[in-house]
Amino acid sequence: MNLIALFAATLVTVTPLLYATIGEILCERAGVLNLGIEGTMYAGAFVGFAITAATGSIGVGLLAAVVAGALAGLLMGLLTVSLGVNQHVAGIGTTLLLIGLSEFVNRLRFGGGTLTQVPKMDLLFPGVPFLEMYALTLVAFAVVAPLTWWVLRSTGAGLRLRAVGENPEAADAAGINVSRTRYAALVVGGALMAVGGAFLTLAVLGTFTLNITNGRGWVAIALVIFARWRIGPAVLGGLLFAVIDAGQLQLAIMPAFAHVPRELLIALPYLVVIAALALAGEGLRYPGAYLKPYRRI
Amino acid sequence: MGTTPLVALHGIRKSYGDLLVNDGVDLDVRPGEIHAILGENGAGKTTLMRVIYGLTTPDAGRIEVGGAPVSIASPRDAIAAGIGMVTQHFALVRPMTVLENVLLSSAGLGPPDTEGARRRFAEATELLGVDIDPDVRIEDLSVGEQQRVEIAKTLYQGARVLILDEPTAVLVPQDARALFDALRRLTASGLGVLFISHKLHEVAEISHRVSVLRQGRIVDTRPTGSSTPAELAELMVGRSVAAVLRDERRVGPGPSNDEAVVIAVEHVSLDGSTGKRLLDDVDLRVHRGEILAIAGVSGNGQRELADILSGMRMPSSGHVRVGRQDITGATPTQVVACGLGRIPEDRHGSVVDDLSVEENLVLEDLGQFRRGPFLDKRAIRRRAEELIARFAIKAAPTDRIGGLSGGNMQKVLLARVLAKDPRAILVAQPTRGLDVGAGEYVHQQLLARRADGAAILLISEDLDEILALADRVAVIFDGAIMGIVDAATTTRAELGLMMAGTPQQALGGAA
Repeated sequence: MNLIALFAATLVTVTPLLYATIGEILCERAGVLNLGIEGTMYAGAFVGFAITAATGSIGVGLLAAVVAGALAGLLMGLLTVSLGVNQHVAGIGTTLLLIGLSEFVNRLRFGGGTLTQVPKMDLLFPGVPFLEMYALTLVAFAVVAPLTWWVLRSTGAGLRLRAVGENPEAADAAGINVSRTRYAALVVGGALMAVGGAFLTLAVLGTFTLNITNGRGWVAIALVIFARWRIGPAVLGGLLFAVIDAGQLQLAIMPAFAHVPRELLIALPYLVVIAALALAGEGLRYPGAYLKPYRRI
Repeated sequence: MGTTPLVALHGIRKSYGDLLVNDGVDLDVRPGEIHAILGENGAGKTTLMRVIYGLTTPDAGRIEVGGAPVSIASPRDAIAAGIGMVTQHFALVRPMTVLENVLLSSAGLGPPDTEGARRRFAEATELLGVDIDPDVRIEDLSVGEQQRVEIAKTLYQGARVLILDEPTAVLVPQDARALFDALRRLTASGLGVLFISHKLHEVAEISHRVSVLRQGRIVDTRPTGSSTPAELAELMVGRSVAAVLRDERRVGPGPSNDEAVVIAVEHVSLDGSTGKRLLDDVDLRVHRGEILAIAGVSGNGQRELADILSGMRMPSSGHVRVGRQDITGATPTQVVACGLGRIPEDRHGSVVDDLSVEENLVLEDLGQFRRGPFLDKRAIRRRAEELIARFAIKAAPTDRIGGLSGGNMQKVLLARVLAKDPRAILVAQPTRGLDVGAGEYVHQQLLARRADGAAILLISEDLDEILALADRVAVIFDGAIMGIVDAATTTRAELGLMMAGTPQQALGGAA
């Protein structure tokens, strides 16, 4: 097995998962299960692609994806925070809406004929073993993960966010604006999810295809639970999933695995996630206000 | 005390829909004073507090702080005006540390000034006269300690007026003593306290002035020393109260030999999922014509014990019997069939809110009310009408039960259980949340069953209730029975020590 290739493939696979999982952790620590994640990633992938195609600039495309993700977060906030809609329904609805909308605009704008290609992000340190990676990957590991960890742990903003997710009554009594805090978590979380989606079009593929996110949002939801809502374990869990996912591609081309059904290998990382979740299930403690809309009586 | 009040309310009015909860309430708190608000459940006490603390907006009326009118639209405004509140449900985030909880109200978005917060919190605890480690998690503190954190937190925020909503409801008597000492220290340094309670003896002991709230109105405000508890009780309920007293009740307990044992809990232990022992060798006998009470602060194994007796949970070891029948691990249906009536703690979990009163009344015995595969609606209606009359339930058979008051819902549960003449009754927190009248009714019904020879296991956190009803009292702490005492000769102090975890043997002759 080629370790250098495996490492590089793992970094590519883990990047969108990291953005999505960290975004979801922010939402859930604030007490909102954001099942709009899959749709938000999808919209991020499409908007990043479409704006890059229109402007020719990857930077502008990425920025547009961030805005789209923030808007998706606002929509979740409107539904779950302001209107108090059931979070499962709101999230699934948001996902369906955003996927449908992305596909619709895609057909109108890019339908028929050949696939539109957009410029792809450049690799940092091309050709250098173990250092070859996209800037977004480096940012995820070096900036986003440690920064979120620090914000959640050591700042007033993190304290407020956690309080709102654990005990909104107490947060309210302490003078914290519960709605505003949840909106903020959803907007920032949504933006991160969308960056994860945009990575798929702008770094991996250089184009947009049907079903581009392929359930990565749902994997992120599982990773959040696996990591027990903590950043460090989320990074490790993401790496675990990614290394198995990258590994199965390599296994498939090895002669020893020639008779193993291809489908089984593709399913492998997902089976590992399910097994890990089953094992992690003991003594799980959800954020105290998980799934609960907050209303003053 | 002719000084300017710290806080004054004028003509506060608040209604929810058609229900007028506060009707022109005038109230003030002066420096150095403990002002008690006395009222039954539903008298409007809690709403009034929520108004002062900005958790709800009044329809009319104004609030003055230090003589100047203020607008309090949120807890933030209240805190800024020097008002702090501690409710029965602590506004604490359990997985966070004490310090993090304290920081919540003062921290901005950036890294907070933890050293400054530590210093100011230490000053607050010193003023309170208690010692609290700021780095311990809330969930690792006892209820009494959590309450002290809450009070210290309000002082940290600069409160000059402290609102305490039923502060002793969750405390063992010793913790209540400590609380009173702390409150005296605070008032001595010029703070004002608004002390909300429905317990007369507490109000008599701790407060300087008392206002009685009834049906949303202040019916009187007077110096506490000038009235007897009986007068206050009368003001509170609007009529004279004949509390159930030990001496005026009834026949003595039944025989207590082995033959007379009806409910037997034999060396029952239960291990929790995390390996913690939830019940530890609990061994109890309840005899015919006897009420055995289980006293203790909630969460010490009462619920688990009740679950095991009701057939909802299987003990890890030990047996439970009703009469001669072993019901260890029996299903709820089998438990009911062998003569155990259950009136559980969670009323809403015991009735089906969306079903009617008549449907709920026959829910446990649907087998008797059917014709072939169908329900016998006419028989159900007859049964319901009979029970509604017999138990004075204020509802029609077709009313949705979820819409009934707590008292009426409890009567439906009583009717469902008692109509079957159970020889054994398991009843938990039977009067929690009920007003005085409904509570009295429940007590009378239980005493009547006892006189008829039923064995009653009463689980309660209310010592007044226990001392009024029980023949013997078993105190539970951390899943173990600390001791069993005679209700006629025990004292609150003795029960309180056991409730705090001192075994009866260790008390010696001291209590």
